[in-house]
Amino acid sequence: MQQLLQDTLATAPLGVTILLSLVVILLHSFVKNSERAQAMVSVAGLAIAAAAAFWTFPMRGTAFSGMVMTGGYASAMSVLFIAGAALTILLARDYLGKIGADFGEFHILVLLAVTGMMAFASGLDLIVTFIGLEVMSVCLYVLAGMTRGRLEANEASLKYFLLGAFATGFFLYGIALIYGAAGTTNLAAIAQSASARAQDPLFLAGCGLLLVGFAFKVGAVPFHMWVPDVYEGAPSVVTGFMSTAAKASAFAAFMLVFIAKFDIAHGRISLALAMLSVASMVLGNVVAISQTSIKRMLAYSSIAHAGYMLIGLAAGTPAAISGVLFYLLSYLFTNIGAFGVVSIIENEKQENVSIESFAGLGTRRPLLGALMSLFLFSLVGLPPLSGFFGKYYIFYAAIAEGYTWLTIVGVLTSMISIYYYLRVVVVMYFRSDTDATAVPVTTLGTASLLLSAAGVLVFGFFPRLITDIADTLF
Amino acid sequence: MIESYIPIFLILAVAVVFGVVSANMSWLLGPQRPNRAKNSTYESGMEPVRTAHDRFSVKYYMVAVLFILFDIEVVFMYPWAVQYRNLGLYGFVEMVVFIGILLVGFVYVIKKGALQWD
Amino acid sequence: MIPISHYLILSAVMFTIGCAGVLTRRNAIIIFMCIELMLNSVNLTFVAFSAYLGDSAGQIIVFFVMAVAAAEAAVGLAIVLALFRNKKSVDINDVNILKW
Repeated sequence: MQQLLQDTLATAPLGVTILLSLVVILLHSFVKNSERAQAMVSVAGLAIAAAAAFWTFPMRGTAFSGMVMTGGYASAMSVLFIAGAALTILLARDYLGKIGADFGEFHILVLLAVTGMMAFASGLDLIVTFIGLEVMSVCLYVLAGMTRGRLEANEASLKYFLLGAFATGFFLYGIALIYGAAGTTNLAAIAQSASARAQDPLFLAGCGLLLVGFAFKVGAVPFHMWVPDVYEGAPSVVTGFMSTAAKASAFAAFMLVFIAKFDIAHGRISLALAMLSVASMVLGNVVAISQTSIKRMLAYSSIAHAGYMLIGLAAGTPAAISGVLFYLLSYLFTNIGAFGVVSIIENEKQENVSIESFAGLGTRRPLLGALMSLFLFSLVGLPPLSGFFGKYYIFYAAIAEGYTWLTIVGVLTSMISIYYYLRVVVVMYFRSDTDATAVPVTTLGTASLLLSAAGVLVFGFFPRLITDIADTLF
Repeated sequence: MIESYIPIFLILAVAVVFGVVSANMSWLLGPQRPNRAKNSTYESGMEPVRTAHDRFSVKYYMVAVLFILFDIEVVFMYPWAVQYRNLGLYGFVEMVVFIGILLVGFVYVIKKGALQWD
Repeated sequence: MIPISHYLILSAVMFTIGCAGVLTRRNAIIIFMCIELMLNSVNLTFVAFSAYLGDSAGQIIVFFVMAVAAAEAAVGLAIVLALFRNKKSVDINDVNILKW
């Protein structure tokens, strides 16, 4: 009993988020038309969960018979997911009502997805990793198709669901083979005997299948087919959430299992990761050039960003890992902000947003134009914004580890990306607007965008705030 | 090895013979005098009015989906029930938490009216 | 005693059949059934390993996989239903408005 209490306290961020989602479900069930209150309760509860994460940060260890990780890495990643969810919920207040999808279930699903992400990123047993992944994914399948009257949303969620469940099959088969070879699903126990099993074909096949599952979830080429369609069809704020928090949790679990903490494949997947990385960077950046829809362009850019982060995973040194963590945080603020601006434009235009829809935004709405430019510059990786330092740390660590060729590909493809990001800025400032009507943005949406922008600037000017913490996580 | 399967083959043979014989016995022994009323779908019942290949109400679907969800959760209670004494208070508290979470979902379902038939 | 390799081969064959079904069939419901076949072949692997290793964890994992598969089934059927209401079709060749 003492043990149960202790374990519950050590996993407080997860517990608080689960309780919070239950509270919001009850609020939604018993009080009609309380969507606004639900959003406020969710954000307040997420603040408590973040406080719990800070409080549990020093409690490094394991809980529930070594099934979940507590403190350190788990707490830090929890804060990341909570930040993403809070920004998304704030942005969604304006957006959902205007697209006719102001469902209270949105908040419940976002909160449950966050619990899944936390379990995914802190599982020390492959079965916890799997359940976390599924809790997150099932919520995201529904969120992607939330505007159920729109055919694009139906299509996005169907594709996401079918391909996601397909990838789950591979992920699970990988776990089954590893279980058969190692006799356990506990990561610590698997890692202990990993070197002895380095030649076991059953074990290697399991690791390969697991790798396929992870590559699918982070959206790396050649497992990226779902990304553009789902990101385009899903509601913009949901896309912002999927492309940042969900991707961050997939990367966090990926690093926990394969790279940083356990390295169950014993360094044998570096080359595969490098290949995935090159393919993602090249295909993502090249195809993004030809896009006319801004959401699709950002989707391909998100594939490219997954490629940059995979450089860090291929290098696999502590410096590279802390670079990837910084990149994830930076990308979270940048991309949620960018999709937030897209969602506002989408409300104005009442249609699928093309890059041309941004014409004249810089003069029509100076603040929005400036914020969008900021996010796009950060995606390009211009100093002193946070996107620059993310790339800098990863490339630096990769060169130190001898991956110079990978870094060269990374820098060259980043140069390609300048073209399509800056095209949007050019359209915003040097193209006159057509018959646009400015839809007022409420304080909540503005606050969320400004918070994202503040994140991009603060972590750009003071990157050591994060890297100092990231270095001490394990 | 193979001898131990003989009873199974015997049972299989008996089952097949019994099934075939009893299914055809009435056709072999009974008198056959068909008429129009006898050939209708329900001999003493109502006349069927239209085709059975019709779309079913979405309510059946809602109930079916909810049934799958709540039905499968019982699977976690079997191992717990078998090991109840060994797990003690710890197991009991965990099961209360589990059922509590399910209950919140159930309240949501009821309040949403998913189980109302009309 | 049937050797473990028989179970593993059977489940690998089932997994491959499911996988091939996903890649070749065009009806969303049938694709979904193929995915369920894949998950169940994995369950078979887990149970076979569990019996072979004399470790009950594998069987508990199967319970979790079943629960997850049920949740996926509920969500998946709801998504297919939403699509059918708008499109009057569950053929994935008809689901093609999002493309570059």
